Amino acid sequence: MRYLDEYRNPELARRLVREIRATATRPWSIMEVCGGQTHTIVRQGIDELIPVRMVHGPGCPVCVTPLATIDRALAIAARPEVIFTSFGDMLRVPGSGADLLSAKARGADVRVVYSPLDAVRMAAANPDRQVVFFAVGFETTAPANAMAVLRADAEHLDNFSVLVSHVLVPPAMAAIMESASVDAFLAAGHVCAVMGWTEYEPLAARYRVPIVVTGFEPLDLLEGILMAVRQLEEGRFTVENQYARAVRRTGNTFAQDAVRRVFRVSDQTWRGIGEIPASGLVLAPQYARHDATLRFGVGDVSTSEHPECIAGEILRGTRTPLDCAAYGTLCTPRRPLGAPMVSAEGTCAAFHNAGRIRQETP
Amino acid sequence: MCLGVPGRIVARDGEMGTVDFDGLRREACLSYTPEAGPGDYVIVHVGFAISVLDEDEALRTLAVLRAIPGGLDEISR
Repeated sequence: MRYLDEYRNPELARRLVREIRATATRPWSIMEVCGGQTHTIVRQGIDELIPVRMVHGPGCPVCVTPLATIDRALAIAARPEVIFTSFGDMLRVPGSGADLLSAKARGADVRVVYSPLDAVRMAAANPDRQVVFFAVGFETTAPANAMAVLRADAEHLDNFSVLVSHVLVPPAMAAIMESASVDAFLAAGHVCAVMGWTEYEPLAARYRVPIVVTGFEPLDLLEGILMAVRQLEEGRFTVENQYARAVRRTGNTFAQDAVRRVFRVSDQTWRGIGEIPASGLVLAPQYARHDATLRFGVGDVSTSEHPECIAGEILRGTRTPLDCAAYGTLCTPRRPLGAPMVSAEGTCAAFHNAGRIRQETP
Repeated sequence: MCLGVPGRIVARDGEMGTVDFDGLRREACLSYTPEAGPGDYVIVHVGFAISVLDEDEALRTLAVLRAIPGGLDEISR
């Protein structure tokens, strides 16, 4: 496939690894904030080939969706009039005691959709039912979810609503830099395909960290890491774009316009991390009639996390799955305790799928 | 979650189109790539084209990578 195979060339990967080894004089810490990148790095063993410490940041929207929101989803899905629609990877995220898949097994009408527009079509086809779409994601997904709301609104589909849990990457990177220390960031290529990288320029300057907009194939990641290492070795800290074939500095302004029409920036809780100011999106007031939280009155829920799960520290990059006593024993992709073990893009699932084993301390 | 897959537009009808992913064809919303038409490659995420791939930049990236010196394989060292 064009634009994929050529970025998986093993010979060029070897050259890049050698170049990173020759360039890095110190074990720099580089954080990626994208579950897709985490998955490729761990599956290909890129982090084990290079003298750089790859830190896996909160790059999985599924993983950082607040527990209270999962519990609200469960409460809404349990209602008999509701068809609850979601991307597939949300179904096994544990709420306080259950997940959407087990709700479905108990009779809830939970359906997986490929595109948010599928949920809008379902609302048109089922006028006697309430169709709710679980609108989660980073900036990458916000334009698609915004279009679903715009279409439903234009078609007067009053039986369509969204449960929104949207998170924004740059405020999370700022929060990480306030509390932890990483030397450089790889910025997520598809987030930047939508948003561009102007938001990252003040972060690079304020925290004096190189930020490299990076793609998803092995050569993209290796080149992104090399560009970050070169900046660190030269004492530079600017935003560079490795993923030039897909990302322009100003991003996709058509997509941004739709997001601005439908959503407003708000404070947002990140599961395992806590509240980060101005790091989320909520529906704009003029679309409140499509807000599932208001429609079904599920604002208040009480939540409880599994006590052994260290997902919060893993999401912040301060510990790895191999530091968790439950990893691979109590907690596996088949029976996840925490969200990072659920989605293939969660750090714990990426480690587990790659066969990484916890060494018991004697 | 932010998985985006490159595909080639084979047909466009207003806001919607058909995109070919290495033989698999799917409908995609092209509202955010008004400039794209049949033959263009786009990144598709959850049924939406979010970016038109830039052929020149793609070739430039590969040229930069190929310019990195080769040599004996020392990976296993």
